[in-house]
Amino acid sequence: MTVSYGRYKKYHPWLYQPRHPILWWIKKWAYVRFILRETTSLAVMFYAVVLVLYVNAVSKGPEAFAAFSEWLASPLSISLHSVAFLFAVFHSYTWFNLAPKAMVVRVGTKKVPESVILGANYAMWAGVSIVLFWILTTI
Amino acid sequence: MTETDTHTTIEEVATIELEVFRYQPEKASAPSFDTFTVPLYDEWVILDALNHIKDELDGSLSYRWSCRMGVCGSCGMMANGDAVLTCAAFLKDYAPGPIRIEPLANFPVARDLIIGMDDFMEKLNRVKPWVVNENGKSLEEGEYLQTPAELDDFKQYTMCINCMLCYSACPIYGMEPEFVGPAVIALAQRYNLDLRDHGNEERMDILSADDGIWQCTFVGECSEVCPKHVDPAGAIQRYKVEATNSWWKSKLMPWGK
Amino acid sequence: MVKRSNEPFWWALFGAGGVVAALTVPVLLLLTGLAFPLGWLPAPGYEALNELFSHLLVRLAILVIVSLSAFHWAHRFRFTLYDGLQIKHLNAPVAFLCYGSAVAFTVLAAVSLYTF
Repeated sequence: MTVSYGRYKKYHPWLYQPRHPILWWIKKWAYVRFILRETTSLAVMFYAVVLVLYVNAVSKGPEAFAAFSEWLASPLSISLHSVAFLFAVFHSYTWFNLAPKAMVVRVGTKKVPESVILGANYAMWAGVSIVLFWILTTI
Repeated sequence: MTETDTHTTIEEVATIELEVFRYQPEKASAPSFDTFTVPLYDEWVILDALNHIKDELDGSLSYRWSCRMGVCGSCGMMANGDAVLTCAAFLKDYAPGPIRIEPLANFPVARDLIIGMDDFMEKLNRVKPWVVNENGKSLEEGEYLQTPAELDDFKQYTMCINCMLCYSACPIYGMEPEFVGPAVIALAQRYNLDLRDHGNEERMDILSADDGIWQCTFVGECSEVCPKHVDPAGAIQRYKVEATNSWWKSKLMPWGK
Repeated sequence: MVKRSNEPFWWALFGAGGVVAALTVPVLLLLTGLAFPLGWLPAPGYEALNELFSHLLVRLAILVIVSLSAFHWAHRFRFTLYDGLQIKHLNAPVAFLCYGSAVAFTVLAAVSLYTF
């Protein structure tokens, strides 16, 4: 990035600009939190793959499903899922908290307060979770 | 030397150390830090300390300041790694110190604590930060009327004082100097949301370009450091939604406008 | 006239995927990945799941969830690589890898779910 200083001839400024460090995000907790938030996408992708494999195992027959269920109960799977669960919840939490920033909803002339939008998001999350929970535990 | 009633005598005043970034290219090609000891008065801010240094200790120290009350946006610097307006950062909040004073991050340093802000000024100009209204009312027709609700929509973004603390806090700007940046987008939004303005389309060409809003990954630090609570991060996210709607409309209904 | 970016396309998918993943992944992951394998809750048997997934609508819903989740991951991971490893100069290959994986995954998932 070049910057020109026009008629500033007598003292030619040598501009000092160090390279941005590659571990720039380690310096502040806010940046660490940001990187953690971004890595939640890996947990989401992990579960998308697992879910497809889950349905696939059922389609292949009872033996395949039993084998897959056994893998799901293995220490490796449990630890992966535990970590993924924490990241998935963190994704939901940060996502809903940021949603009001992107949407400014107006009713008439008054702005809907952010807490209302937040509440609606969390209510939707609870609702969807309850429905899915009910489906999977009562079949 | 006499002191006023509100101050104790010089011998009894607590002191605090400031480690100040120095860069004098005619003397040395690499920057260094100088340590100064200044009095720790309750009502002193970092700017007062810097003025004390320049007046009493080292007249060669170079830095920008003006209004000393948080409305001009000149005195932004890094104090202990955080971007602050030095006229609003009290010394006692950093006691016992030392306080590390550095120029605003992510900008090239010309001398000591002075950064080069040409990049910011060029970008600001690019988004046309004025009311674009070619076929506006004539003077005889009177003023434009705005309801309080209409003003409320963009008032927050008018508060920007161009202090560039948000650029220091934005890691994207640090890594990608072409990024238009938070303040510029917030200021563009100030005019986009102003009903007197008709420059939305022109600004969208600039903002929805590759080096515009799409570089932002919503770190959110810009809004955290903003001394005027402009919330540029929110402005950017709102604009992403608007630009996305506009893009999809142009692809799915290209005949419309 | 500066060319307007085509990012809105990917950003829209990222947003939709983010909402879908935020709403559905925690509870589904908790149940199928932890509660059922660890026996906290009685797991649905093979017959019950077979019956559930036989409905085309259920599999379609699952396809929507996993596909949008994949595009959400693709967009976010692409920028995580740019921010974390500072490889924005490798824009084209990184974007191709991320979105390409999401597209490939969607195709595979669609085939797998369709041929239930």
